[in-house]
Amino acid sequence: MGWMAWTLPTAIFCSAVFAMLALMAVLEKVYPTVLRKGLLPIETTRGDRLFIGLLTSGFIHLFWLAATEELSLVWASAISALWLATLLRWG
Amino acid sequence: MTRNQDPRSAAAPDSTLGTAIRARVPNAVLMLYILFLLLPLYWLLKMSLQPNSEIVGAFTLYPATVTFDNYIKIFTDSSWYTGYLNSIYYVGLNTIISLLVALPAAYAFSRYRFMGDKHLFFWLLTNRMAPPAVFLLPFFQLYQSVGLFDTHLAVALAHTLFNVPLAVWILEGFMSGVPKEMDETAYLDGYSWPRFFVKIFLPLISAGVGVTAFFCFMFSWVELLLARTLTSTDAKPIAATMTRTVSASGMDWGLLAAAGVLTLIPGALVIWFVRNHIAKGFALGRV
Amino acid sequence: MEKTYYPKAWLMVLPVVAIVSFSAIVPLMTVINYSVQDIFGPENRYFVGMEWFREILGDPEIRGAFQRQFLFSFAVLAIEIPLGIAIALCMPRKGPWVSVVLILLALPLLVPWNVVGTIWQMFARPDIGLLGIGINGLGIDYNFTGNSIDAWVTVLAMDVWHWTSLAVLLCYAGLQAIPDAYYQAARIDGASRWAVFRYIELPKMRGVLMIAILLRFMDSFKIFAEPFVLTGGGPGDSTTFLSQYLTTMAVGQFDLGPAAAFSIIYFLVILLVSYVFYQVINNLGKGVS
Repeated sequence: MGWMAWTLPTAIFCSAVFAMLALMAVLEKVYPTVLRKGLLPIETTRGDRLFIGLLTSGFIHLFWLAATEELSLVWASAISALWLATLLRWG
Repeated sequence: MTRNQDPRSAAAPDSTLGTAIRARVPNAVLMLYILFLLLPLYWLLKMSLQPNSEIVGAFTLYPATVTFDNYIKIFTDSSWYTGYLNSIYYVGLNTIISLLVALPAAYAFSRYRFMGDKHLFFWLLTNRMAPPAVFLLPFFQLYQSVGLFDTHLAVALAHTLFNVPLAVWILEGFMSGVPKEMDETAYLDGYSWPRFFVKIFLPLISAGVGVTAFFCFMFSWVELLLARTLTSTDAKPIAATMTRTVSASGMDWGLLAAAGVLTLIPGALVIWFVRNHIAKGFALGRV
Repeated sequence: MEKTYYPKAWLMVLPVVAIVSFSAIVPLMTVINYSVQDIFGPENRYFVGMEWFREILGDPEIRGAFQRQFLFSFAVLAIEIPLGIAIALCMPRKGPWVSVVLILLALPLLVPWNVVGTIWQMFARPDIGLLGIGINGLGIDYNFTGNSIDAWVTVLAMDVWHWTSLAVLLCYAGLQAIPDAYYQAARIDGASRWAVFRYIELPKMRGVLMIAILLRFMDSFKIFAEPFVLTGGGPGDSTTFLSQYLTTMAVGQFDLGPAAAFSIIYFLVILLVSYVFYQVINNLGKGVS
């Protein structure tokens, strides 16, 4: 597996993604999600909101990188976390 | 179904002349479009029958001296014709694998709800989106590490990445068009699921299987980057062989054109076999 | 159709998940790993964080390529989808000509992509190609190797030639699924041609149109071999699309790190646009039929 060029941060990132998938599966078993209409223009389930939130968070990070010179990405992550929480709760 | 009732169109019938002209318009449009499709292909055919000096020498509408040298070279040089055999081998293998795994999955998507079904469906589509250039290196290393490099199976497996999602997608549309009562009646009659699927269900969606087979064949046949990266000699595809015609003495246009003409034939045969299925149409019942 | 809840349906989907994951997940994770490192060799690599992302996003050439790419992909969709629907509506519904027309339509799809470029390169040459001589004969000065606009239009024409048939075949198959009874009912109601199209044919084609639109968007956004062979990206950078930059970076200069970061941004953009298309088309149809 040496050719996969793992680094600690990316390993954590990928494990987090898999852990999130597993968590969503468990949550689905315990509290099945219902389709509902919130802030977003479409009816969504919990999984949809998470996906939309993560995808847009990705773009928040990209815009942060494009718009700022050396400002820390932590700020972008903080904004994303807020946005993700809003979306999951009211989206 | 909302019906738009427009009394004018019924009350004012067209004159006979007007109807006759209107009936001709679609045919004329279709013929013009097909002419547009065929002209570049005619140019390819023309070049394949010309010697190189004539191709680049002057503008000609048809070959002044017809030569079959280019075709003879392809059929006698093993490095050329094995390219075709390799391509047909892995494309066929890919079509079979794609259909075999996609059929039960498409059935599940069309009949059942299960955890994460919608997300899984969209995830399958995302596999078509990765831009290939950087992914080629990990692909090469992955297939080398499992010992599949330079085999037909490697290319067939790699092509399932974009063909399986497409196959699931198209087949799901066809299967949704078959009423569910069909399944239930079969169960009441004592059919087991595999027997029901093969004996009753598959014939009902044979149109879908035909169309899917054509699309799998087509996309695998024309794919070049993955096929070239995963092979070196034993399974080298024809599209990769063709890039060799750029040699030190310049392009061998005639040979390249002849090889191009020959790449059209297997696909044309496939579509000839599935033509009735396409004409029968998709029964996209979800709509 | 009402679907039954059946958790064991996962078993039927499992083979697909397994076979696709094998080729999908490991390479994707590897590219993520590449994107945060400066790679000189297998054992000689350094973690650089998000530096490559910042570099790619700040690169004006790549920004320009993104704009060109969007313009091209939307031009492709704006031409190929309506044209595909129109041609499908013009096709005979029955009869001996159906098979012949189907085969002729499918031919451009079966040409390997690098050969498509070669065909058009010869076809459009102003000295020995039919298209080039024809257009110049009409009195229009045309030279796709020298003029950026000519080159761009030629690449677009090539893509229309190559891929419109995909939309035609899909739409035609969708149209064939409409029972004759629908048309008869429309005739009794005295519905106009437009009403038949809008309320019968278009809703029935929604599923296949979704396939056609998404396939054409994704593939045109990744277009590489055809323009590379036809124009080599020129003149200047007028037909240099994203994939060509990426390939130069990854294969030509072997800058794996930046190229990987570029790929991920590229992938996210395709993912976002495709997701929006997917949701919009899925929800548009809900009101009708």
